[in-house]
Amino acid sequence: MSAASLEGSKAFVELVKRDLVLAFRTPGQTLNPVAFYLMVASLFPLGIAPEKELLSQLAGGIVWIGALLAVLLSLDSLFRSDQDDGSLDQLLLSPHPLPLLVLAKISAHWLTTGVALIVMAPLLALMLHLPTQAFPALMLSLLLGTPLMSLAGGIGAALTVRVQRGGILLTLLSLPLYIPVLIFGTGAVQTAVEGMSYSGHLLWMAALLMLGLCLAPLAIAASLRIVADG
Amino acid sequence: MNWTFFHKLGSPKWFYEISGKWLPWLAILAALLMASGLIWGLMFTPPDYLQGNSYRIIFLHVPTAFLAQAIYVMMACAGVVTLVWKMKLADMALKCCAPIGASFCLLALVTGAIWGKPTWGTWWVWDARLTSMLILLFLYMGVIALRGAIRNTNTAAKACAILTLVGVINIPIIKFSVQWWNTLHQGATLKLTEKPSMAPEMLWPLLISIAAFYLFFTVVLILRLRTEILDRERRTKWVHKIVAAGAGN
Repeated sequence: MSAASLEGSKAFVELVKRDLVLAFRTPGQTLNPVAFYLMVASLFPLGIAPEKELLSQLAGGIVWIGALLAVLLSLDSLFRSDQDDGSLDQLLLSPHPLPLLVLAKISAHWLTTGVALIVMAPLLALMLHLPTQAFPALMLSLLLGTPLMSLAGGIGAALTVRVQRGGILLTLLSLPLYIPVLIFGTGAVQTAVEGMSYSGHLLWMAALLMLGLCLAPLAIAASLRIVADG
Repeated sequence: MNWTFFHKLGSPKWFYEISGKWLPWLAILAALLMASGLIWGLMFTPPDYLQGNSYRIIFLHVPTAFLAQAIYVMMACAGVVTLVWKMKLADMALKCCAPIGASFCLLALVTGAIWGKPTWGTWWVWDARLTSMLILLFLYMGVIALRGAIRNTNTAAKACAILTLVGVINIPIIKFSVQWWNTLHQGATLKLTEKPSMAPEMLWPLLISIAAFYLFFTVVLILRLRTEILDRERRTKWVHKIVAAGAGN
């Protein structure tokens, strides 16, 4: 391994550490999306009907929609605080490849948001009477889907980082990219509820995740540079 | 090969002059084709043996749906040109295409819904093709909204180019959704490689109206582009001349 790539991986680890430390120092902010997730999911039984049969049909979709909205809510802060305190400019000026640093930020975002959503998912699924045989499908689909949503949403977050009150715009930009993820995610859970093999949906999501891992950091890095120039 | 035409194409002034000469001819041709295709299709083609007269909306639905996708692909190409060669005209085209594409996308969805009611018995189904067309509409809206949110023209140009390129992933999904998921919407009737599965007396008016809608799009795009060119080049001498001549009339 050459010295440059060694330094790059070191910078990656340091940036992930920094973002995790920042997240743990403001637990209130970090846990906001999770609290939101709980609230959204508990609105469905109140809003539709608290009957067990109906809820067990809808549970997979509700948990997935809740996760999607929670990720969407958390995206706005992905680059915003770095932009406000100037550390985003330092990242842009750093000698390390920007896509790598972007991937570090996305990883930290997933570790603080996505993982928390995955951990909460079985609890919500239990409250919504999801049939037991669908639990593995729900967990696996969220495990593949949440990093994908962090990556795809990062593009929107980068493009809107200098836009005042860009929250709604960010939602509009990210939603088209999230819909396929949602379709495959709930598809996997639904086929598992029906007792069929759900590996096809998961393989699709894994393929999309690979695509996102390769291309999204490049797109996010390019977007950050473009927006910084303006 | 002589590449001067390619560089010329990037000059707003040259495009403004040449498009002014093309415009009347294109408009006449578009009107002629539109009239003949639609009148032939709506009045003289025999009714379908299964759907009766309701299938006639195909002469609006198919061209608008074609264009909704083709315009997005064209925007993506313009996005690549904007990012790689930094041609101003490409970005103007990207900007002007977005509202036209969004309108065609909406038209395709609406005509599809009107067709769906008598044929499928419902205005809307969450079928793969319909859903992915709806996503396409969201993509168009996203590009338009992002353009509106960024003040600086150059930044907005590049940001919109990137967003358009990211959204291109949806185009193959729309194209193949019907084959992959095999849902309610029928597969392609027109294929380049095979003989079309359509009677010639229905096929010809359909092909004519597709050509007519493409020409109509070109005319609208040129009209929008010319306004955009005048707006962005308003500090140049040649625009001042045109404006002065226009004010003198």
